[in-house]
Amino acid sequence: MTLALIALIPLLGACLPPLTTRSSRTVTAWAAAAPTLLALLILAAQAPAVFGGEVVRTSAEWVPRIGLSFSFMLDGLGLFFAGLILGIGLLIIAYARHYLGRRDPIGRFYAYLLLFQGAMVGIVLSDNILLLVVFWELTSLSSFLLIGYWNHLPEGRQGARMALVVTGGGGLALLAGMLLLGQAAGSHELSEILARGEEVRASPLYMPALLLVLLGAFTKSAQFPFHFWLPHAMAAPTPVSAYLHSATMVKAGVFLLARLWPALAGTDAWFVLVSLTGLATMLVGAWIALFKDDLKAILAYSTVSHLGMMTMLLGFNTGIAVIAAVFHILNHATFKAALFMSAGIVDHETHTRDIRKLGGLYWLMPVTGTLALIAGASMAGVPLLNGFLSKEMMLDAAAEATLAGNGWVVATLATLAALLSVAYSARFVFGTFFGRPRTAFEHPPHEPPPGLWLPVAVLVVPVVAIGLLPGPLAGPIVEMTAAAVAGPAGLPPVKLTLWHGITPALVMSVAAFAGAALLLLLIHHVERARLRLWRPEAKAMFDATVAAAVAGARRLSGGLHTGSLPRDLGVIVLAILAVGLAGFLGATHAPGAREVQPTGIPALAAWVILVAACAGLAVAHRNRLLTLILTSVVGLIVSLAFLQFSAPDLAMTQISVEVVTTILLLLALNLLPKTTPAEPGTARKLRDGAIAAAAGLGAAALAFAAMTRDFETISTYHIEQSKPGGGGTNVVNVILVDFRGFDTFGEIIVLGIAALAIHALLATALRGAAARRLDAMRMGEVSGDAHPLMLVVATRVLLPLALTLAAYIFLRGHNQPGGGFIAGLIAAIALIMQYMASGHAWAAARARLQPLTMIGAGVLIAGLTGMGSWAFGRPFLTSTFGYFHLPIAGEVELASAMAFDLGVFLTVVGAVVLALSHIARVEQRAERSGHAPEDAALPPGPPTAAPRIGLRTPAYGRED
Amino acid sequence: MTGWIVLPIVLPAAVAAFLLLALSRDLQRQRIVSATASLLLLAIAVHLQALASDGVTRPYFVGAWPAPFGITLVLDGLSATLVLLNAALAAAVVIYAAGGWDARGRHFHPMFHFLMMGVNGAFLTGDVFNLFVFFEVMLIASYGLMLHGGGAPRLRAGFHYVAINLTGSTLFLFAVSLIYAVTGTLNMADLAVKIPAVRPEDAALLRTGGLLLIVVFAIKAALAPLHWWLPNAYAAAPGPSAAVFMIMTKIGAYAILRVSTLIFGPEAGAVAGLAAPWILPAALLTLGIGAAGVLAGRRLVDIACFAALWSMGSLLVAVGLLDGPGISAALYYTVHSTLAGAALFLLADLVAERRGRWRDRLAMAPPIAQALPLSAMFFVAAIAVAGLPPLSGFLGKVLILDAARASAWGVWVWAVLLGTSLVVILGFSRAGSALFWKTRPAEAGAAGAAEARAGLRLGVVGVLLGATLLLSVFAGPLTRGFDAVAAQVLAPSGYVAAVLGGAPAAPGMRR
Repeated sequence: MTLALIALIPLLGACLPPLTTRSSRTVTAWAAAAPTLLALLILAAQAPAVFGGEVVRTSAEWVPRIGLSFSFMLDGLGLFFAGLILGIGLLIIAYARHYLGRRDPIGRFYAYLLLFQGAMVGIVLSDNILLLVVFWELTSLSSFLLIGYWNHLPEGRQGARMALVVTGGGGLALLAGMLLLGQAAGSHELSEILARGEEVRASPLYMPALLLVLLGAFTKSAQFPFHFWLPHAMAAPTPVSAYLHSATMVKAGVFLLARLWPALAGTDAWFVLVSLTGLATMLVGAWIALFKDDLKAILAYSTVSHLGMMTMLLGFNTGIAVIAAVFHILNHATFKAALFMSAGIVDHETHTRDIRKLGGLYWLMPVTGTLALIAGASMAGVPLLNGFLSKEMMLDAAAEATLAGNGWVVATLATLAALLSVAYSARFVFGTFFGRPRTAFEHPPHEPPPGLWLPVAVLVVPVVAIGLLPGPLAGPIVEMTAAAVAGPAGLPPVKLTLWHGITPALVMSVAAFAGAALLLLLIHHVERARLRLWRPEAKAMFDATVAAAVAGARRLSGGLHTGSLPRDLGVIVLAILAVGLAGFLGATHAPGAREVQPTGIPALAAWVILVAACAGLAVAHRNRLLTLILTSVVGLIVSLAFLQFSAPDLAMTQISVEVVTTILLLLALNLLPKTTPAEPGTARKLRDGAIAAAAGLGAAALAFAAMTRDFETISTYHIEQSKPGGGGTNVVNVILVDFRGFDTFGEIIVLGIAALAIHALLATALRGAAARRLDAMRMGEVSGDAHPLMLVVATRVLLPLALTLAAYIFLRGHNQPGGGFIAGLIAAIALIMQYMASGHAWAAARARLQPLTMIGAGVLIAGLTGMGSWAFGRPFLTSTFGYFHLPIAGEVELASAMAFDLGVFLTVVGAVVLALSHIARVEQRAERSGHAPEDAALPPGPPTAAPRIGLRTPAYGRED
Repeated sequence: MTGWIVLPIVLPAAVAAFLLLALSRDLQRQRIVSATASLLLLAIAVHLQALASDGVTRPYFVGAWPAPFGITLVLDGLSATLVLLNAALAAAVVIYAAGGWDARGRHFHPMFHFLMMGVNGAFLTGDVFNLFVFFEVMLIASYGLMLHGGGAPRLRAGFHYVAINLTGSTLFLFAVSLIYAVTGTLNMADLAVKIPAVRPEDAALLRTGGLLLIVVFAIKAALAPLHWWLPNAYAAAPGPSAAVFMIMTKIGAYAILRVSTLIFGPEAGAVAGLAAPWILPAALLTLGIGAAGVLAGRRLVDIACFAALWSMGSLLVAVGLLDGPGISAALYYTVHSTLAGAALFLLADLVAERRGRWRDRLAMAPPIAQALPLSAMFFVAAIAVAGLPPLSGFLGKVLILDAARASAWGVWVWAVLLGTSLVVILGFSRAGSALFWKTRPAEAGAAGAAEARAGLRLGVVGVLLGATLLLSVFAGPLTRGFDAVAAQVLAPSGYVAAVLGGAPAAPGMRR
């Protein structure tokens, strides 16, 4: 697992710097450097094996189902990149220690940097393509944090988001591409995939996989037309720009192209897509860089251009181009990081990066100036520096590339890019360090502390050294790396020398220098010409796209989610109709065989009343009281129907439920306006009516179809087993308390919760704004006599009678129509009448059992009855019954189900009384304004828990 | 030890009743009992999970009545996993709510435990009508929890919620009646046996009933275009209520999965695979609407709501595949999205109470108290929810993509899932940037200060987010376990045999 440690140590080490922020900043820097150094040492320990041609591997299982494993490999390419990442990482850590200001939280900075570093090392060491994607997205995320590090700056925030969306989006494409690639190759292990290049390229999935992978690589490496995010990522502190956005992260795309080269390269599609994208990027980046005034922007676009160059080289499908690409990756990392750090020093010392305000700094800071001059010359491709060598090789490769039969197109354009490169490099160096100083600085800039320029110097050393002695210094590394990309077989001998003789490349190079001189002479004319051309503003376009997307999303989401219940229900009912109809039409159907019973006069009358009530409801529904009366007509007819079809239990239940709900709604109606709000438009009424009618007819048709057919059910068993198994002759009750007692257990809980919810709701309604509104309301006429004597007397007389009746119905329930549920409703009605007739205060004062207690006790009794059977090793709710001889009553049957039914009874009484009495109390409250209710002692609500919103707007989408 | 199976239903019910009976005015003791009971429930769920891990389906005959005449509970890998998930979520949320929310109204803890009863019952029951009962328990308990604390927006959203869901309940009765009218039974295992033998003249009624049942479950699962109740309700609900509601949409998905494999499986004749043509397209639509809502969100809680909707889209894509990899992916994604979504809702609550009058709106406000832990948690939660590495959302997404390869809708699934992922990433990056980065100078005393017990509540969110990391680290063993569950679910003969008698299902039975 040593290999995994190289990635994991920085990732885990990210916790270290924040822990040291109480110490000095140097200690924090060391806390960041230590994991980096450790990882570098481990890497170095592996290097000899890799140079010896070995590929170090390690693997652990992660998610085998998707072929994601924790496997790493170290070959030449990985070693090359990991070395660059960790080596430059060390320099950046040292540089950042001095670069960041005292007020910048440095611990967090190093934590993000280490996260990035670990993720980046992870990318280059992954042997599993999905693991690679994991690390890939991690670099996007850590880059997001680093770009947004100075989050008080709008550019930082916007740049961070843009980078995340572009590279994160590319990461999603890459994920898809990698999955396809894995499918084409039959494995997600890189080493397998690289060995199966032929298979991959022959697969029908090659094209989609290639396109998606390239999308990922191009977005990450800022290739045209996705290049726009990189310059905006420069809002990050300069160490980040130098590290992520020049030396490492942006190279991840190029790395990926190199990594997958054996599997994906070699086709025409690869050549066209990769090399042309690279070429276009190289030109576009260089052209824009020439006209930028911000030092970091010049370097950013130059980076874009150089990344394009590497991409183009990898697209050429030749071994020599791969060597050039690898060599240039190395060279670019050195001189560009050095240049970024130099630009950072200039910014640090002069507080500006605008090249129009700079000039003549060389004499104020000669060390920095010299270093920048050398690095800049390398970027321009001046001989004796490393940039020259790889540029020559690039031109060489370009000279050999043919596009659509033309041998000179690519060569010419590459030369043009080289020309532009020379021009912007010259402008960068001369504009900053030479010429006249253009600003009178308040405090003249001076040489920075060595902590800032030393890392630059360390990078400039290889710039010169490799430039002078390319073969001995860079040869082995480049050869090892290129061999890992193109395979030792596909590679021409690597000869890195200073002098190749007079080659086409040299001629192109000379032409580039001459052209650049000419261009710089004419720069003002060119600039004027350029200003007349159309220049797409990528940032503005991106922002406009995002803004349009957000606006579109808001329109869509707001338009869909209006919070209109009729509309939402309409859509749902339409969906139900559509699905139901499709279901019905999708299979065979025959009408039921059961004979339709003859229609008698009573049935007809009931039917007529039912239809009339429904029709009346539709017409007069705005009058709430009338609505309630008509609805209860429907309920009564239903209970009559139950009677007609020999279901007395159901009829009794239905009637008592009707009574209770009617009382409940009457109480509620007293608090509501007499009529409902008017509805808009006939068209909408017709539309809603049509939907409702269709649904109603559908339901009726289904009911008819179901009722006209005979079928066998499990009820046969229930009827047979009612007495012998359940101990009762009333099969309905035995089903309720025994066969399906578990359902009843749930249903009484539903009732109990409903009462709790009403209680909780009204408890909050009795305080705060709602209570004040209630006080102000005083709806309707106040009754002349709140508690009429006749009613008071009648209800009090009725109470014992009703309770006796409830007890009777409860007791006989198991064998005859009745039971706990109906008994509970009757008792509850008797009790609630006391509340209504004599007032809440009177009744509540006399109630021995609190309704809440009754609910709790009822559920608990029912539950405990069920648990009782555990004592006998039987399942929950197993019933037992027996016959006992009692002195007076004689032979009596006692069943455990009766205890259960008692629970039902108590819960029903408690729930109904709780709900109704509290609604009655609210009413009382409305009548007696100004009197604080006794429950108001609840803790005060949250200050802003419920933002007040106008009545007409839905909660959603309003608070913007 | 099959006696344990009924405990996840009976224990919460008894605890809720006890709280009402003995402690209805003593919040402090309620908290202790409630939290203890939640942890006990978690222990029971762990035990049941261990029990179910051998691949045997275990029935529990309530009242000792034989199936199909009484009500049967069934413990298999699927129900055990989901009960465990619910118990874990419940323990976290109850502790969070004990940090203050439960004092803002009456009866939070009793209603919470009644909700647990309903959820566990829905997962465990093997009876279609009993499922209806537990749906009602859940609906009414969730309604109570949603209105907890009161206020006009909550009432209005609550009415919307309850009206649509009662429509669903009514439809449930219709669907069950139709199925009963042609099969004469309610027990799911018995239905699996009787449905293939349904006469051709009854096939249309059966199909209609079956599809209406799926519609009911789709309403619960917030599948577009039946999702209307979700955004308003979850946004208006108190933070902890919304967090625990994350499990409720999963019940809809679970029920679709259960009936699609058990009752409407390949052997079901006229109703074989009847949900399949509807679920996937609707799930893709859900993905689109959810992602658009995330981008459109103007408050963090709106974003959390639509992210929940979006995650239901992903989940139902996996459910809609109805094959082994799809079901396994769906299970993984269920666990992930429940925990991550809950964390996000709780975070939105924490953020809102610290930003004074700006609440959780994406508007410039002074820096908030405890900005560092909160912004870090938001970053992690956003990564988890949006499905970026290295957290479980990413693996869940890859599992779904991987499972969709073989589907005829594969290309659509990939395009929509990945495309909407980008939209969600954009939405979250905008939200995080607006909430934590784009601050303005503090006004004196304007910003909400951190409240007492904040540490406890931050800790709960931290634990939930930590769980998404663990889900990711242990994804290998987890997916193996879920593969076994998927195989068990796809071989309903084991379920049928266990419930209706006959040979018990062999461990690890494969189709």
